[in-house]
Amino acid sequence: MADNNVILSGKNVTRIFGYGKKKVIAVNNVDFEINKGEIVSIVGESGSGKTTLARIILGLLKQTSGELLFDGKRRKMNSYKERLNYWKNVQAIFQDPFSSFNQFHKIERVLRDCVGLSGLSLTEAEIVSKMREAFEFVNLKYEELYNKYPFELSGGQMQRVMISRIFMLKPNILIADEPTSMIDVCSRATILDMLMKLRVEINMTIVFITHDVGLSYYLSDKIFIMEKGKIVERGNAVDIITNPQHPYTIQLLDDVPKLHEAWNLG
Amino acid sequence: MNNKHIMVVENLQTYYRTRLKEHVYAVDGVSFELEEGKVLGIAGESGCGKSTLALSLMAFYFPPLHFKVGSILIDGVDVMKLPYEKLRTQVLGEKIAYIPQAAMNALNPTKRIIRFIEDIFHEHRPKMSKIQVYQMVSERFKSLNLPPRVLEAFPNELSGGMKQRTVIAISTLMNPTILIADEPTSALDVTSQKVVMSMLKKLMEKGYVKSMIFITHELPLLVHIADDIMVMYAGEIVERGKAKDVIFDPIHPYSKALMNAIIVPEKDIKNQKLASIPGAPPNLKKVLRGCRFLERCRYRSDSCVSINVDKISEMKHPSRTYRCIFDIDTLQEMYKKESQSDGR
Amino acid sequence: MYYIKVLLKSHKFVIGLFVLISIISLAILYPLINTNDPKDLVAMAFEPPQEGLILGTDNFGRDVFLQLAHGTRTSMYVGLLAGIVATSIGLILGLMSGYIGGLIDDVITTFTNMFIVIPSFIILILISVSLDVRSATLLALVIGFTTWPWTARAVRAQTSSLRSRDHVNIAKISGYTTPRIIYSEILPYMASYVVMAFVLQIAAGILAEAGISMLGLGPHDTISLGVLMQWALLFEAPATGAWWAFVPAALFIAAISFSLNYMNSGMDEIFNPKIRRN
Repeated sequence: MADNNVILSGKNVTRIFGYGKKKVIAVNNVDFEINKGEIVSIVGESGSGKTTLARIILGLLKQTSGELLFDGKRRKMNSYKERLNYWKNVQAIFQDPFSSFNQFHKIERVLRDCVGLSGLSLTEAEIVSKMREAFEFVNLKYEELYNKYPFELSGGQMQRVMISRIFMLKPNILIADEPTSMIDVCSRATILDMLMKLRVEINMTIVFITHDVGLSYYLSDKIFIMEKGKIVERGNAVDIITNPQHPYTIQLLDDVPKLHEAWNLG
Repeated sequence: MNNKHIMVVENLQTYYRTRLKEHVYAVDGVSFELEEGKVLGIAGESGCGKSTLALSLMAFYFPPLHFKVGSILIDGVDVMKLPYEKLRTQVLGEKIAYIPQAAMNALNPTKRIIRFIEDIFHEHRPKMSKIQVYQMVSERFKSLNLPPRVLEAFPNELSGGMKQRTVIAISTLMNPTILIADEPTSALDVTSQKVVMSMLKKLMEKGYVKSMIFITHELPLLVHIADDIMVMYAGEIVERGKAKDVIFDPIHPYSKALMNAIIVPEKDIKNQKLASIPGAPPNLKKVLRGCRFLERCRYRSDSCVSINVDKISEMKHPSRTYRCIFDIDTLQEMYKKESQSDGR
Repeated sequence: MYYIKVLLKSHKFVIGLFVLISIISLAILYPLINTNDPKDLVAMAFEPPQEGLILGTDNFGRDVFLQLAHGTRTSMYVGLLAGIVATSIGLILGLMSGYIGGLIDDVITTFTNMFIVIPSFIILILISVSLDVRSATLLALVIGFTTWPWTARAVRAQTSSLRSRDHVNIAKISGYTTPRIIYSEILPYMASYVVMAFVLQIAAGILAEAGISMLGLGPHDTISLGVLMQWALLFEAPATGAWWAFVPAALFIAAISFSLNYMNSGMDEIFNPKIRRN
């Protein structure tokens, strides 16, 4: 793996909440490297620290110690301009599509804000045409939905609007935090296919955060398994599923019900 | 061969009354039988009515849930015709027990577990002394792999999985004939999930419950615990059959789509193309006629659209039932052609 | 708007609103009919209610009913102004400490707690005693500046829980500045809460004014409900059996306070998802 292909990496990243007896070490001295164009999953159960790590990577939470490097350079998030710059490159999709929207505004506002972030000044017609293009990418009709409020849409539709937002922003890295856990099983594939299509179009790196080890296997090239704030195993998805090394990984795979293998329920 | 039918449900219809006085039929004409000694799995996505069905089977009709029509026979007795007091004392907990999704929240945080249990025995077995209760319960807990120390603990001292197992154990103390488990593992970590499933299997093995209805949207679980599976869609049952048949050889187009959407960490999954169905389930506020899956079905034909019935009737085969106008061979032909063109 | 229609369905809100509007209408309309100066002497002292004098006269021989109308105007003005001041201060401090967190949160919270611990009434009395100027406006400002802690705390709690929501995070990574996030992502979700706090602050303001004025620390130049009570007590109206000199005033204070609280209760039932019944 060539070093100059690494787009995002972290060294000794730690995040502690509270102090004294109530201290919680959510992320414990984590190192990681993500290559450009890769699909990576961070897999863990609740309390493993994966959500905290995701927030740190996104810049929504400050790490207690350690550093993050974006494109080889130390990431700085001190000034408003530096943060803005970072968010042009790193974006997110969250788990709950409903709470990702401001319920008091029409859904098109989410896309209009993208234009603001990109810093371009466009005419109204240009903005509308960009929004129409974004909607088309996710198989939604602009005319039908642009002036609807979030509560008028279904979960799947809202999540697709969030994807169209990513289409407009074209970031280098997408952090997808459980993007389908609140979507019906039968609509999951639509969402995942769109994310994959997007990745191919703009050579986007995707980092999935999930507790579903099967899903992470299906989607990704590389998997990081997290337990209690540490990355206990990392490697190719196929290797990890077929030949897990760490006892936690082995137990995790054992605990998941499969279709064709027996499940030892004792 | 034919086991006794412990529960027979006939044309059950229950509805929710909204603020605007609309009637939403979440359970719209459900009929099935539950055999003794078997586990019946009910599979479906959110909004299909499976949780409402669970509450309805318990005769749990508190507004906004109302009963319209239908019969629920448990051991030959129609529970809907019983006066409420009789239902409460003789049926609930004794004949039929229910575990809701986040059952762990049923525990009173200010009481020790054993006090909670003593209350239950006071109501159902008033003649037992506290010592007898304690003995009986700790033996039961031990046989289900629950440490007796749990009895003296407060709920907040136990982990999520432990609490869930405690509530399941408590709800089956009276050895109910039927246990209804509504998504018993959805709120739990994968590891706790396995332990809870283990316990449910043990309940059946030891005969503490005679039959179980297991409701979930996670299909891999059903492979390992259910004997039969019913698939629910928009308030109706669209397919029913033996577990292995429904999962590996589904007939109804919706079941097929559902099974195609399963992801497990098994090697072959990487090569499979995950399928999804466009659209959303129909709005149950409207009066629906004909096939409810019509809008989203990729095998629909003109006869599906033009048929003029209130409900599509079920095609009954030995050990398989499904709700579609096509016969089995036609459907299986269509599926075969599809998988060949997909290159699977 | 939609919200007004829904509110009008709440019995509590409508009853409270009706009582309040009746009282306010009286206070505004009666002096337009009876344009005399309430301080004019019109009859003998402590005349009971009679023809032409709906509530009789006070210790000086002035028309009590007219005084009541004028007094209600003043009290409502004080309550409203105090409410506005208290809600504004509470809102700003609550938003800052709730959203920004960290050191600013610690400082503001300590400051708030100090104000809560010291009984605001004592502060009111001390300030009123030390100030030379006595006017309704000043009283309103003093009440506003001492009763904001409750709102600040409530707003801080709401803001704290709202700031971890996904749409706030999306706004952040879309490049919204902090003031914009507070204005568009946090405030709208708290709006009903803030309105309710405002209503309660008005009620508190009216009661505080009544209390201060009854002690004689209120405005000298204007009549308010509290001042009416003070005069009645000072000039021994209860002893002489002239109930009309103080009971109506007390009833009005109670009625205004009740109506505002009842409206608030009605709003709570509509807006608060936790206590909404079927």
